[in-house]
Amino acid sequence: MNKEVSIIHFPGSNCDRDLAVAIKYCLKLKPKFLWHNESHIKDPGIIFIPGGFSFGDYLRAGILATKSPAIKEVIRHAKKGVPIIGICNGFQILTECKLLEGALIKNSSQLFSCKKVFLRIENKKNYFTKNIKKGVVQYPIAHSQGKFYVDDYNLKKLQDNDQIMFKYSSKTGDISDKYNPNGSVQNIAGIVNKKKNVLGLMPHPERAIDSFSGRDGIVFFNGLNELI
Amino acid sequence: MNLENNLINAKTIIDHGISKSEYNRILKILKREPNLLELGIFSVMWSEHCSYKSTKKWLKTLPTNGEHVICGPGENAGIIDIGGNDAIVFKMESHNHPSFIEPYQGAATGVGGIMRDVFTMGARPIANLNSLRFGEPSNIKTKNLLQGVVKGIGDYGNCVGIPTVGGECSFHKSYNNNILVNAMCVGLVKKNKIFYSKAKGIGNPIIYVGSKTGRDGIHGATMASAEFDDTSIDQRPQVQVGDPFMEKLLLESCQELMKEDAIIAIQDMGAAGLTSSSFEMASKGNCGVKLFLNEVPCRESKMTPYEMMLSETQERMLMVIKPDKKKITFDIFKKWGLEAIEIGHLTDTGKMQMYFNNRLVGELPIKPLADSAPEYDRPRKKKAFKTIKVKKRNLQIENVFLEMISSPNHSSKEWLFRQYDNMVMCDTIFSSEESDAAIVRIHKTKKAVAITCDCNPIFCYTDPKLGAKLAVAESWRNLIASGAKPLAVTDNLNFGNPEKKDVMYQIKKAIEGIKVACTKLSFPVVSGNVSLYNETKGKSILPTPVIGGVGLIEDLKFVTGINMKMDDSIFIIGYTKGHLGLSVYNQICGYKYGKPPSIDFDNEIKNGNFVYNAIREVGISGCHDVSEGGIIMSLAELCIKNKLGIQISIPDEIKKENWLFGEDSSRYIIITNNEKKLLKYAKKMNVFVKNIGKVKGSSFKIINEFEISLKDLITYNKQWFKNYIDIEK
Repeated sequence: MNKEVSIIHFPGSNCDRDLAVAIKYCLKLKPKFLWHNESHIKDPGIIFIPGGFSFGDYLRAGILATKSPAIKEVIRHAKKGVPIIGICNGFQILTECKLLEGALIKNSSQLFSCKKVFLRIENKKNYFTKNIKKGVVQYPIAHSQGKFYVDDYNLKKLQDNDQIMFKYSSKTGDISDKYNPNGSVQNIAGIVNKKKNVLGLMPHPERAIDSFSGRDGIVFFNGLNELI
Repeated sequence: MNLENNLINAKTIIDHGISKSEYNRILKILKREPNLLELGIFSVMWSEHCSYKSTKKWLKTLPTNGEHVICGPGENAGIIDIGGNDAIVFKMESHNHPSFIEPYQGAATGVGGIMRDVFTMGARPIANLNSLRFGEPSNIKTKNLLQGVVKGIGDYGNCVGIPTVGGECSFHKSYNNNILVNAMCVGLVKKNKIFYSKAKGIGNPIIYVGSKTGRDGIHGATMASAEFDDTSIDQRPQVQVGDPFMEKLLLESCQELMKEDAIIAIQDMGAAGLTSSSFEMASKGNCGVKLFLNEVPCRESKMTPYEMMLSETQERMLMVIKPDKKKITFDIFKKWGLEAIEIGHLTDTGKMQMYFNNRLVGELPIKPLADSAPEYDRPRKKKAFKTIKVKKRNLQIENVFLEMISSPNHSSKEWLFRQYDNMVMCDTIFSSEESDAAIVRIHKTKKAVAITCDCNPIFCYTDPKLGAKLAVAESWRNLIASGAKPLAVTDNLNFGNPEKKDVMYQIKKAIEGIKVACTKLSFPVVSGNVSLYNETKGKSILPTPVIGGVGLIEDLKFVTGINMKMDDSIFIIGYTKGHLGLSVYNQICGYKYGKPPSIDFDNEIKNGNFVYNAIREVGISGCHDVSEGGIIMSLAELCIKNKLGIQISIPDEIKKENWLFGEDSSRYIIITNNEKKLLKYAKKMNVFVKNIGKVKGSSFKIINEFEISLKDLITYNKQWFKNYIDIEK
């Protein structure tokens, strides 16, 4: 099978290069860059939607990107079961185009927040996380609209269906408001769709792949090896 | 010539900030009266901001050459060689006046402007820093200004995706009505892919790309060249509005176009917009220009040529391209959703000819206008200082220390830094909270650059020359402490009204100080910016010559942070005399007089070389310079950063206060477990080194003085910002 990973980038994406570096380093393959106006995407492999400020985050983070032709293709592939990962702005785009539940709204502090956080992995049955040995990983966050919101009815559905993937936690995996950097419901940092082939997360694993920034991101990408 | 003749009169001339002698100079150049458009162009080109008329005479004396310098002052930014095919492009620029009037947009567009200066030269920006000065926290405006400026800087840099890796922020009442926002940008370029602004090739098209021109920022450069008064707030419409998304599109599209062999000259439309960009390109290439102003994309209807030429709408670029590359140029910009438009071409007339509705509406000779810009040798006089006898408050060491670490100027700036994305691009090794200088890796290599900006305005006020020397030395020392070899600086000179003798004295003396220090330290000035008229109602700011230093770390294994490990030994490098004049200690004790510490450059270089080599040969855990607040402040910062305790003994031969709080220059703290090797090496290099204690326990302990738990220390250090911001307005 052809090994393939695709990164869809939009005007204003700015973590596309960082993601490509991480993929090259961890998965030893060169990702394919797809411009947002691509109206036919064939055999994408894993699709990544990178962080940044697509279309300047004007109107609302992620919303304008959902009008790009490439997103129609992402939705088509999602239905076919292709693995899709949206990080930060990518997560915002995936909720805006309804591939994922909930919404990402302004942080409780109303301020942009950039720091390293600990995340407890909530679900290891999923192919995105089953190869990660650690129970808690450390990735940076950098966002101002990262507060995950979902109503109680849908929250219950997420819980019942094991769709919650990452929660903000302490180093030892405690979950409380103290470790919630943005006010997310139940400290939720990342979820999957019902079919469990679409993952969205606010933290940046691609920013944790060397000894200076921490190496927990490596296991995230290495874990994807069997999907490609 | 049949020019449209908008009548001008004596009032128009005064309103444009043109003096009588300057007007006579205009008449001499034109051999006729200028029309309104032409007068407007003269006024911005000859404004202090664009022409450096009060400082040029002194700036020329600065050392600008060195073995690493590829491009010194005069271009959009300075360039230095960092080995291989890599070069670093950098510059610092102020956006003081706009930021005071509208803090969010003023600061944001300051960041945008300096990034364009850097990427115009072909570089990809890799780091932003900033140097901020606000008024007293208790001043009614300060909190709003602080919040607006920080958000403006963060939102702009974060959106474009360039990490904001550090800087400085302090408060002083002299900035109550005139804050300083100095933004620095550092970019990376391949040496064979540097772009300059020199236009050439008669007939070559001039291309405009970026935001549409609006009425914002008309006369911004002139505003930056006048004092503030009560009506300044009415100048809000002159503050430009930033669009970081447009900046990102311009950055990416220009980078893509730069790979093609299409661009001959490129310049961003910064201060004085279309006027200065077109004049500068043509003047450097000895060309003439024909501009067809009907082609200029306008945001508003019925804009006049005067408004188009003087608008400072942000995120616009002007370039001269090869005629056979027009198609690829337009195609690339189109891909990024930008419209590029040909608005004119180069001629051999040496004149700027502006057409509107098929009529010549302005015609100016380019070279004479640029070359005969006024240059003043303004009168100077030293201000007499009165020393009033005041009694120092007699305070316990512990109390002074706690007051210091919880004061606005010395408490943790985490609240600010959190709002900046300091990691995007994934090459930030240390931000400036983690090391004396921010350290950014050169992508895909083992090299890194260290970057810092520094100034102590209190020192500069009492002795501008010595103060400026100390600012340069501190920048140099910060680079050394981070493991770098200092290479070059950019300077941002913030002063009051140069038409006042005492201010002009400060300016000249500060430049002299920079000259001496940069010469002695082989630390050339490759770019810079001058911001004058930082006064409100006749009250000037403290003289603030901010120095932005850049250094090179040849291998990542030598990057050095403010780090320590349990059981390491703590050494002080450099002799401590215990100078308390103008120190933070004295300020807290209520004594504001005295002199700044002296500096001996031979000693500075000796100690610096020692530290530089110790990082490479001895093996150390961390290094931190000793500056504001003295040894005790540096030690506290080490403990807070590493969450480790220390035990320190004060030497017998010196008064405790002097040793702990003295601010003598040329000193560092080194943390290592290779005690013997360090001492042996110090002996060999004849450098003063003293073991002062150990990394131990979970408290900050000065033996025989006081002890405070780490937890309390951190709380003291972190509480000020949080309390200040959280209190309802």
